[in-house]
Amino acid sequence: MLYKLLIGFIFFACSAEVLSAKTWHVKPKSDLSEIKKAVEMAADYDTVYIHNGTYFEDLITIEKPLTIIGVGKPVIDSNGGDEILIVASDNVNISGLTLQNVGVSFLKDRAAIRLVEVRNVVIKDNILKNTFFGIYLQKSSHCKVISNTIIGDAENEINAGNAIHIWKANNIEVIDNMVSYHRDGIYFEFVDQSLIRGNSSKYNMRYGLHFMFSNYDIYKNNIFQHNGSGVAVMFSKQIKMIENQFKDNWGGASYGILLKEISDGLMEGNIFERNTIGVLAEGANRIRISNNNFINNGKAINIKGNCLNNEILSNNFIGNTFEVLTNSKSNLNHFEGNYWGQYKGYDLDKDGIGDVPHRPVNLFALVTDKIPAANMLLHSFLVNSMEMAERMFPQMIPEHLIDKKPQIKPISHDSYQRTQ
Amino acid sequence: MLKITKFIVQDLFRNWIILLYMIFLMAASFGFFMLEGQADKALLGLLNLSLLVVPMMTIIFSTMYYYNMYEFIVLMLAQPLKRKTILSSIFLGLCIAFGLALIVGLGIPMLVMNYSIASLMLLGVDLLLTFIFIAIALVAGIWTRDKAKGMGVSLLFWVYFVLIFDGLILLLMYNFSDYPIEKIILYITLLNPIDIGRILVLMQTQAAALMGYSGAVFNQFFTQGWGIALAFLALLFWTALPVFISFRLFHKKDL
Repeated sequence: MLYKLLIGFIFFACSAEVLSAKTWHVKPKSDLSEIKKAVEMAADYDTVYIHNGTYFEDLITIEKPLTIIGVGKPVIDSNGGDEILIVASDNVNISGLTLQNVGVSFLKDRAAIRLVEVRNVVIKDNILKNTFFGIYLQKSSHCKVISNTIIGDAENEINAGNAIHIWKANNIEVIDNMVSYHRDGIYFEFVDQSLIRGNSSKYNMRYGLHFMFSNYDIYKNNIFQHNGSGVAVMFSKQIKMIENQFKDNWGGASYGILLKEISDGLMEGNIFERNTIGVLAEGANRIRISNNNFINNGKAINIKGNCLNNEILSNNFIGNTFEVLTNSKSNLNHFEGNYWGQYKGYDLDKDGIGDVPHRPVNLFALVTDKIPAANMLLHSFLVNSMEMAERMFPQMIPEHLIDKKPQIKPISHDSYQRTQ
Repeated sequence: MLKITKFIVQDLFRNWIILLYMIFLMAASFGFFMLEGQADKALLGLLNLSLLVVPMMTIIFSTMYYYNMYEFIVLMLAQPLKRKTILSSIFLGLCIAFGLALIVGLGIPMLVMNYSIASLMLLGVDLLLTFIFIAIALVAGIWTRDKAKGMGVSLLFWVYFVLIFDGLILLLMYNFSDYPIEKIILYITLLNPIDIGRILVLMQTQAAALMGYSGAVFNQFFTQGWGIALAFLALLFWTALPVFISFRLFHKKDL
């Protein structure tokens, strides 16, 4: 009986504790006009409202579970100083703030919001302008970064930071953010079991998404456009890349996505449009690339000889200058059931599958891969006629890199059966 | 001189082959732009086609025309006219006729469907190539009385510029691929008017980014003002050279 009573009492005490959570209102020109002070005075699980106005503060350290809500998008300006919010406690919510003008430092990766070894932190609906690094998560887990707009001011790679930088973390969700004009839009290093969904990453100096040593992650419905090099996914395994758009990464060294040393992944339903190279695969193994659209790229897929057991199935290749490029004479990957814009075959039995296999590798693409200077002969009559001859009697192009079931018509991806 | 030129232009426009050439160009250009959604891609297709067809058409027709006009030329020579005048009227007449055919057949569709620097460049390049190959045809025609031989020489020139030259360059690049040959290739390119034209147009389109490092070398050269100027100067030189040779030959030739 006493035991039960005790439990009841503890429960009551706890709920009373929660119920007693106070609210604090920070307003300019009031008794409480400093955020730092409010954060200091607040007890655990209190809510701090920050009202409309401009606050010149930096290094606000949050060491207890708090909810910080901006009312009417208040501005916290670091004025070229240090980091603004440092979260060092679990269960912190930050929303509705505008953070700006964090100074560039070459010694420290200053960020507008830094999360240090925490759990269950939610960063939502904030606007970050010119903040060097935007949101920086280190050694954290179960955090959410939702609907933030992060706009940098970067003019070159050297003194630019990353918009969302996550280092050593797991179970993170990065959803519906807009990131632009940084070095990397979203940066993942040692991040496992995480989700990147619905983000738009544009006009970043280097990568729209930079992904290293991160396993079991999903990224879905994102748009990566006009980034310096595109997207890099490196040294990772079990990554699912679904229904993303990779567009307009156009330049001498740009690509839609770089798959470097990654294995057992899935790329499905993505759109690659107007990239110099759509997919650049180096040491990629057991990746299933299916139901994607490759439209108007320079080279749709550049798959190096060290890629093994990848499956390229049911994709559409439309309007690409070169469809597939490789630097090996053997082929260890499987191409089947794709639609190739450059397919010249026929379909006598009208089953929708071409009767002659398609060789997607173009002789001239191979030649220029070996001798870059040969590029000056692009679109010349000599090259066109050599290609024609080579396609009829293959000598140099890998003989086994063929699609035995080329589709006659582009595949409609609306109805495909998702394996997941 | 103008009278003879006018007569030749009139004579050429009565010839249905020039008309056919014009209609073919027009149909091809409209076709490319309508069938290909992307203007850039259409332009590349047109570039491919025109760099093949324009030199071929002009060189074959002009050689033929010279031989057909042989009696007329001899008749003209009986008049108190300078040889220079006669040849320049023929050259001018051919240039005007083919130039007009090109402007109407290629220029108008391009300006209607895709008015851009690349289009203008393509038109300019094709015009200069027309002049160059007319001049080369005249050289071949004047050089030999034998129709078959003259035609053969003309076709040889065409094949050389369209095919053999590029083949030699490719061979050269294969053998010297270990050396930084981009710059040298760039200057070797100037030895072939068709290559100059192709790269000039190509550099105005997005295809330039496809070319990687060596593309960047070309790009730097062919998009800068002085690079373009030099390329066009080279094309003009390529026009002047066969014109000069044909005049020299015609001046001394025992017709």
